[in-house]
Amino acid sequence: MVCKELIPLKKYILQRLVISVITLWLIVTVCFFLLRLLPGNPFASTTIMTQETLDRMMAYYGLDQPLWKQYLTYMGNLLQGNFGYSLKYAGRSVNYVIASTFPVSAQLGFQALVFGIPVGLLLGILAAKFRGRAMDAGINVFVIICTAVPTFIIAALLQFVLGLKLGLFPVAQWKSFSYTILPTLCLSLGTISGYARSMRTLMLEVDRQDYLKTAKAKGLGNARIVIFHQIRNAIIPMITNLGTEIAGMLMGSYVIEKIFSIPGMGAYFVDSIQGLDYTMVMGLVIFQAVIVIVANFIVDLLYGIIDPRIRVA
Amino acid sequence: MEKEKQPIVDGGIDPALCRPVDRSKLDTDQIVRPSVSYWAGVWRRLKQDKLAIFCALLLLVLILLAIFAPIFSPYQYDQTDLLSSNLSPSAEHWFGTDSAGRDMWTRVWVGARVSLAVGFIGAILPFLIGMFVGSIAGWFGGWIDMLIMRIIDIGLCIPSMIYVILILVYLGGGPQAIIIALAVMNWMGPARGYRGRILQFKNREFTLAAETLGASPMRIIYRHILPNILGNIVVSLTSFVPAAIFMEASLAFIGLGIAPPMTSLGQLASDGAGMYRTHFYQFAIPSLVISLIIFAFFMLGNCMRDALDPQLRDEMSTSALRRRRRQEQLQKKQKGAAK
Amino acid sequence: MSEHLLEVKDLKVSFDTYAGEVKAVRGVSFYLDGGETLAIVGESGCGKSVTIQTVMRLNPEPPARIVGGSILYKGEELTSKTDKEMRSYRGKEFSMIFQDAMTSLNPVVRIGKQMCEAIRIHEKVSHEEAKRRAIEMLGKVGLSNPETVYRRYPHTMSGGQRQRVMIAMALCCHPSILMADEPTTALDVTTQAQILELMQDIQRETGCGIILITHNLGVVARMAERVAVMYAGQIVEKGKLSDIFYHPKHPYTWGLLGSMPDMQERSDSRLTAIPGSPPDLFAPPKGCGFAARCPYCMEICLQSDPEESPVGEGHTARCWLLNPYAAACRPVPPVGRDKQLVTPEVAGYLERKGVTQDGQ
Repeated sequence: MVCKELIPLKKYILQRLVISVITLWLIVTVCFFLLRLLPGNPFASTTIMTQETLDRMMAYYGLDQPLWKQYLTYMGNLLQGNFGYSLKYAGRSVNYVIASTFPVSAQLGFQALVFGIPVGLLLGILAAKFRGRAMDAGINVFVIICTAVPTFIIAALLQFVLGLKLGLFPVAQWKSFSYTILPTLCLSLGTISGYARSMRTLMLEVDRQDYLKTAKAKGLGNARIVIFHQIRNAIIPMITNLGTEIAGMLMGSYVIEKIFSIPGMGAYFVDSIQGLDYTMVMGLVIFQAVIVIVANFIVDLLYGIIDPRIRVA
Repeated sequence: MEKEKQPIVDGGIDPALCRPVDRSKLDTDQIVRPSVSYWAGVWRRLKQDKLAIFCALLLLVLILLAIFAPIFSPYQYDQTDLLSSNLSPSAEHWFGTDSAGRDMWTRVWVGARVSLAVGFIGAILPFLIGMFVGSIAGWFGGWIDMLIMRIIDIGLCIPSMIYVILILVYLGGGPQAIIIALAVMNWMGPARGYRGRILQFKNREFTLAAETLGASPMRIIYRHILPNILGNIVVSLTSFVPAAIFMEASLAFIGLGIAPPMTSLGQLASDGAGMYRTHFYQFAIPSLVISLIIFAFFMLGNCMRDALDPQLRDEMSTSALRRRRRQEQLQKKQKGAAK
Repeated sequence: MSEHLLEVKDLKVSFDTYAGEVKAVRGVSFYLDGGETLAIVGESGCGKSVTIQTVMRLNPEPPARIVGGSILYKGEELTSKTDKEMRSYRGKEFSMIFQDAMTSLNPVVRIGKQMCEAIRIHEKVSHEEAKRRAIEMLGKVGLSNPETVYRRYPHTMSGGQRQRVMIAMALCCHPSILMADEPTTALDVTTQAQILELMQDIQRETGCGIILITHNLGVVARMAERVAVMYAGQIVEKGKLSDIFYHPKHPYTWGLLGSMPDMQERSDSRLTAIPGSPPDLFAPPKGCGFAARCPYCMEICLQSDPEESPVGEGHTARCWLLNPYAAACRPVPPVGRDKQLVTPEVAGYLERKGVTQDGQ
């Protein structure tokens, strides 16, 4: 049985790998040329410098070369796993920046997911089970408020109320666990509301299925029907978006990181685009794309394990 | 009373009633339930929903304020007065003034205009593009579909921040630029979804029937398939509008908003977010207005989704449920009292 | 008090919907004894499924609501039982087989697990014991290598196999009543025959009572001992096989028999398809539910709903034509007296069972 499944799996993985590499290459290429379309150059805003220094800087980073040559050099370096050096912060390699900022953003995103997904699912299940009652209405209002109020407004409010007025948590910086609580909470609100909303819909959809009637006809208790039959089926479609969701959360959120002064990747990324730090942006984009691809791949494998209908096909 | 109505006499029937009935006068397909067309049914359910009415009214008030408040205000939105900067709300300046002494009441409603315009156009435009591209991909299939879908796959992988900045740099920070940026960011999702829907309906009998009658692809899509998914489109549009307003606000926070002195609610709120320790009202008022707008849209969309879902049609409405429960409680109380 | 295994008396069930109350079942009475098969026939939407699902209390409440009547099982009243109390009856005393075995089995749970859970909920047995019994049951319903089936998922099996699994699952706690809601409608003809045979074998072996819902009169003739004809939420006629097939008294039964495919080809048949469609139970008509479509409709039929009246031993019908005064005013139509409404197929089944025109 195991052997039968292994051979197509190997082939499948290989196929996915080839497609992923091609996608990655296309992303790199498109981004590379898109970035060069932006007017201005990376050194324009830092300090007032003479034309001569500017030229020397451009030559140093190879930016005076024709575009196709720059592209080839960049791709060559990339194949050796070298993302190059930041144009803004002299001497800082992109690899170093990723290595130092990613863990921060990833920790934050991971905490938000671990907190947000179960809470969101639970709220969705409760809303579906108490459909049309006060519980459902309350969860609905909470979900809509979470989606309606822009993140930075919620973040600023939480900072103001929980941090400044009540003094429960530190307001900004990134030092110990207690510093992560407020940003995690803010970041997870989106996840909570999204998961609660889709889980409610999916639960109601499964509610109409015949196999729930069968389960009831067998004499099962409500709790067992809901947990073993309903939730199990409702949760499957939720997995489709899990990959993108996880990747997005791990990459960090610019807004949250900015408001709470967290040295994460999200804040770095937006600053780099605005500062035209080509190599830095490219490095971060590629890193991000790889994470998305890997996460999606893992989720697809997971899907096969959870949904037996896909495993055979 | 009941017995008198019974036409039975001595265990038998009044012979007069045994005459055969002229069958041609009988309606054999009696339909007692009023036949309600789809949209009339939607409207009926929507009208019953108090929450939907409330949200619609709230939105109407906010839109009217956005249109008329700046016109009747004695101040201009870009009129600075450094002597009266950072004033708290008062009779003179209902929402106070900002750091440049501009009247916040005027600015908030001018900002609401921009936010609403960006929301509406910024939602509809990418949606239309997505629908068009998606229907081409879904209908023609083959290499066209393949090409479009790969473009979308890659497009979704590239951080949207890159195009947004590119567009804003080229077009400047006006509302038009934001709308175009939103369109470029958001057309891919609807395209994907719409393609799936087209594929779903492409092989249905009625489509095939139209095709054998020689209808052109575009005619089939817009005449036969579109009506089937219109409800779905309306629901997603109602969530796209607030999403666009939301995104505009986030862009404003990143510093990619509307260039001053023009403003938007998102811009005002994110400017205020930096000042909430000293001038809380400058943060709170625009935040409240933008949140109300988005909230009302989302709520309305939710109600509309419930009203549109035909599967909910035969199920019990929330209000009917509540009525039943109240009755049951009353009965219980009466029983308890009797004991 | 009651000597019957299951006795339903004047059962009324309504659904509360957006538009108002839908009276799906309007006073249904029937009984079932152990070892016998009762068929309930009628058009779709006439309340057949609602009736038997109400016996098991499977309809979600709300919107469903038992308005009145009683359900006695082994002398015990079921309508007043709570959902929790009903649980020990479902699966243990009553089991149900649904029409579409494809959607009635949980797609993401292995067959074995779905069966074991049914066993272990009612009987305190070990996991191994439950598994042994499940596999034994799967073998009993004629599935080859039950051990493999035990480990399979529903989507890997054919429709007939899945229906066998459903039957095995329904039987694994040895229920005294098996309710089958159109068990063969979704299957092709050869599989249909196999499944029906299986159900008969099982009944012979376990002595359970079967309530069979169908709109295939061939299946009725083959399987049932007694028949109840439902129309617009009421039982319009019920009786033994010979009563219904050879001496039907209700115009709807005539219509039902006459609209069988074979009958329409017989040129001498005056009754073919019944015109029109059943009334909407959202607002049931004041008079007889069938009046608007009845070829023998009288003034009174539109004004008042007829009572259930006995026409023979165990044979009742709801029709004004049976009233002696009506019969005096209006000659009873020839149908059912001198006219044969039975197709050769049905006649064949009836003959094999020894059911004759004279009522055995």
